[in-house]
Amino acid sequence: MAAEVYLNVAVSGLLTGLVYGLMAVGLSVIFGVVRVVNFAHGEMMTVAMYLAIALFNSLGLDPLVMAVPVAGVLFALGYVMQAGLINPFITRPEYSQFMLLIAVAIIIVNVLLIVFGPDARNVQTSYAFDSFLLGPLIIDATKVYAGGATLVITAALFAFFRFAPLGKAIRACADNYTGALVVGLNVKRLYALTFGLGAACVGAAGSILVLLVDVTPALGPALTLLAFIIVITGGLGSMVGAVLGGLLIGFTEAMAGLFFTPSAKSMFSFGLLVLVLLFRPQGILGKRVL
Amino acid sequence: MRRTSPLSCVRITRRSFAAGAGAAGLLAATGTANVARAQSGPLKVGVLLPRSGAQAGIGQDCQRGVELAPAMFKALGLPELAIMNADTETNVEVARARAEKLINDGAQLLVGAFDSGQSAAIAQVAEQKGIPFVINIAAAPQITEQGYKFVFRNFPTAPMILSDAFANQMELFEATGAAPKSVVFMHANDTFGTSMQQGINAVFPRFNMPYKIVEQIAYDATARDLSVEVAKAKATGADALLMVSRLNDAILITRELVKQRWSPMIVLSMGPGWYEDQYLKTLGKLSDGPMSFVPWYDPNKTLAQQLEAALAKAYPGINMNTNHVFTFEALLVAADAYKRARSSDPKALADAIRTTNITDNVSIGPGIQFNDKGQDDKLKNAAIQNRGGKLLTVAPKAASNAKPELPMRPYDRRG
Amino acid sequence: MSARLLEGVSRRGIALLAVLLAVLLAVPWIANDYLLTVLIIALYSAYTGQAWNVMMGFAGQLSLGHAIYVGLGAYAAAALYVHFGIAPWLGLAAAIAIAVACGAIIGFLAFRFGVGGVYFAILTIAFAEFARIGFDHFQWVGASSGFFLPVANYTRNDLWNLRGDPTMFYYVMLALTVAAFALCHVLLKSRIGYYWLAIREDEIAARSLGIDTFRYKMYAAVLSAGMTAVAGVFFAFYYNNLFPEQVFHISRSIELILGPIIGGIGTLFGPLIGAFLLTSLSEAMQELLSALGFDAPGVKQVFYGLCLLVVVIALPGGVWPWLAGKLHVTRRDP
Repeated sequence: MAAEVYLNVAVSGLLTGLVYGLMAVGLSVIFGVVRVVNFAHGEMMTVAMYLAIALFNSLGLDPLVMAVPVAGVLFALGYVMQAGLINPFITRPEYSQFMLLIAVAIIIVNVLLIVFGPDARNVQTSYAFDSFLLGPLIIDATKVYAGGATLVITAALFAFFRFAPLGKAIRACADNYTGALVVGLNVKRLYALTFGLGAACVGAAGSILVLLVDVTPALGPALTLLAFIIVITGGLGSMVGAVLGGLLIGFTEAMAGLFFTPSAKSMFSFGLLVLVLLFRPQGILGKRVL
Repeated sequence: MRRTSPLSCVRITRRSFAAGAGAAGLLAATGTANVARAQSGPLKVGVLLPRSGAQAGIGQDCQRGVELAPAMFKALGLPELAIMNADTETNVEVARARAEKLINDGAQLLVGAFDSGQSAAIAQVAEQKGIPFVINIAAAPQITEQGYKFVFRNFPTAPMILSDAFANQMELFEATGAAPKSVVFMHANDTFGTSMQQGINAVFPRFNMPYKIVEQIAYDATARDLSVEVAKAKATGADALLMVSRLNDAILITRELVKQRWSPMIVLSMGPGWYEDQYLKTLGKLSDGPMSFVPWYDPNKTLAQQLEAALAKAYPGINMNTNHVFTFEALLVAADAYKRARSSDPKALADAIRTTNITDNVSIGPGIQFNDKGQDDKLKNAAIQNRGGKLLTVAPKAASNAKPELPMRPYDRRG
Repeated sequence: MSARLLEGVSRRGIALLAVLLAVLLAVPWIANDYLLTVLIIALYSAYTGQAWNVMMGFAGQLSLGHAIYVGLGAYAAAALYVHFGIAPWLGLAAAIAIAVACGAIIGFLAFRFGVGGVYFAILTIAFAEFARIGFDHFQWVGASSGFFLPVANYTRNDLWNLRGDPTMFYYVMLALTVAAFALCHVLLKSRIGYYWLAIREDEIAARSLGIDTFRYKMYAAVLSAGMTAVAGVFFAFYYNNLFPEQVFHISRSIELILGPIIGGIGTLFGPLIGAFLLTSLSEAMQELLSALGFDAPGVKQVFYGLCLLVVVIALPGGVWPWLAGKLHVTRRDP
């Protein structure tokens, strides 16, 4: 195969991986700080995607623009979920958290099924079929826009956690729970805020992803698994790690599909995951907390 | 799929019973169908379809064929059927449990279930209980190779679909004078796709096709992104695309073909997806061109035309397709057998079904008949082509109503 | 041995157990085939839940990919039967061996490398998915187009080849479930059971006492895998068709664990109570919804999820400990 085929596929894989990375950032924030095993992460993403579609169909606004309001709605949803439902489970054993979120996931998936039906939905923007010609490369326009939006949002998040007082407070909670309490931070409120923030990331990612992927109610579980794979590979507690993990997984899957049979390309992500878990459990950029 | 519970019972909806009772009352009032009065009331038919789960959309589409049946049967003078609807939830165990429950609740005949795995499970139950089971749609050949006496299938097996596909392609190449020299075969790695792929390796050598299959690309049926697969296909330099896919993949692949700027000479699809309403609606002008080689209705047959008219009236804007046709025909088989058997005894019904010969039917071929394995091996498959949001039958000649367009217009020249 | 079997169970408990067993034995005479099918599914859930419980409840490792053992067992026995004509009771040996090997690998990788908690859970998911995709391409057993066992009209019951009517399968499943419970009970009361309890409660303390935690965790993993493989063999011969998408799917692994978690992890009766509760819950839900006319797909699952939510929030230890308290059945841990 010619070199440009590999290049095309690589670029495509990286761009898609970027968007999944944003979804994973949300999980990294939730899992890393609040320490909740959010097995409803993919379902939250699906909600965001449907919301984006509904808004697009009624208001005609581009999903990239709507990333912000959708993120806002998801923030509220996440905050309420954490404060109202999940908080007592933080100290409970993992399987308990897991069951709670599984029940939530079941409810979400089937409510979506009732409301939206089983058919796949998507948005058709004016640029849905465009592609850029860059020398021998043909790059999907939608993926470029999606990737760009993701980078902008990730940078904003990064700045928030680095420089904003609230962001620093959240990091403090993650680094040292007791210390944070001692210093007088309202940890419970911060947890709710963090969950909300993680959910907002998911909201933005969902609004962007809807440009690339058709959504069905059953999409949730696959996205949850993907988010966990990316977070574990990239490193828990590291946002840049989550983004890098997304890029890596996107790239690996794309190239695996090219070199081997595409129907088995997921095996490589799982293989990578197993290797990471065994030899570098903190992930590529994670801190050795375990 | 992960949401399905271990089992549930059948939904014998009040609605369907009321409908059945109402229709029966109407029949009695109008005084038609003396035959119906000779038996003891309507035949209880259990219809098993995936109404929830991954195949929910298809199950609901098949249901339309069920809904159209009562009125049409009345007009044909066929006996009354009391339909008992059940949901297999796209799950093999649930399918089996529902079949048991239907039989327990008095079903005298079963119809279903769209999916090969679920149909196989139901077939076992039916065979064991001695209740006739008429399969509407399921392509795995093994189901009618088990030596069952109570299982009947009015649908082609994967090898049948393939043989007709190649035969029709030869006919089309001859008619238009154009043929691809190389194709790349892409298929979803699911039950149907793999059956077809195994079939192709067996059937293809028997035909003298003008093209070579340069590569076989199997992709994950649940893939959300097929850009890598299409890039791979494009890189083979093949003239045309040979496909076995479902609806979502068809849409994804078409989008990628446009984005990656590759217009194959023709898309030859041997399965669902490329002709479905959602595909046509979503892609508009970009949906024209692909040819699908599928079990289909014969547009020149009277009953097909009547069914199409009824469908247009009840569900405007929906093209008649395989799901409607074969689900309707399964019920047709049931009603016809009931009429001839003059009894609702399952053994009598099964014997009656075995001697079915309905020449005035909807699908292509000499009519509905079953061989001693319970398979209708006389079915013929059509080649249809998308044009302007409509589906035209372009082969076989005897059942066609339009001329084929080959090669199809390139994607970047469609305005 | 019988003393061991009944150790720790109060008189009341024994009486209730005897009644339950009698009822279950008599069911085929009083119930129709449909109810039998329901019960077979309930018993199957109880059995697999108990097998999973050995790993989770006894050794404290959350396995979310247990469907892999069901699948391996099912395919092993089925392949031997279809390709070589080997009866399932013999194929069982191969099924267990393969599953045990797999369990050993997963256990070894996890325990040696210190992978625990959520990471272990994700590891098990990864392995199950690996198996699913792998079998999707495994042509010898049909790949994704499915593996069919030859089925003929059941004129008589063939126990050796597991061909027969639902009544036969019911008794086989009942026997398996009873055996599983007996085994677990005996193990719990033995030394290994106490080691497991220690490891579950505080692994570091257990290790400091000189317990070879690695070895006992491996025992739990391997036993759990082997037990689950037996369920897989039953599954293959009862349903007679196997599709990797269905058998190895993550939704199977989750269905498997719902019973024990709802019923009570680590307890003996938790999986049984959980399985029967969930089965009857979805039954009741179905009937209720049809009666009320809410037929839309998904409505039942929403209520199912809500009920799960309520149980998880209100009864964190599971239903069985709460129920046992009400019935005054236990003096010590069941």
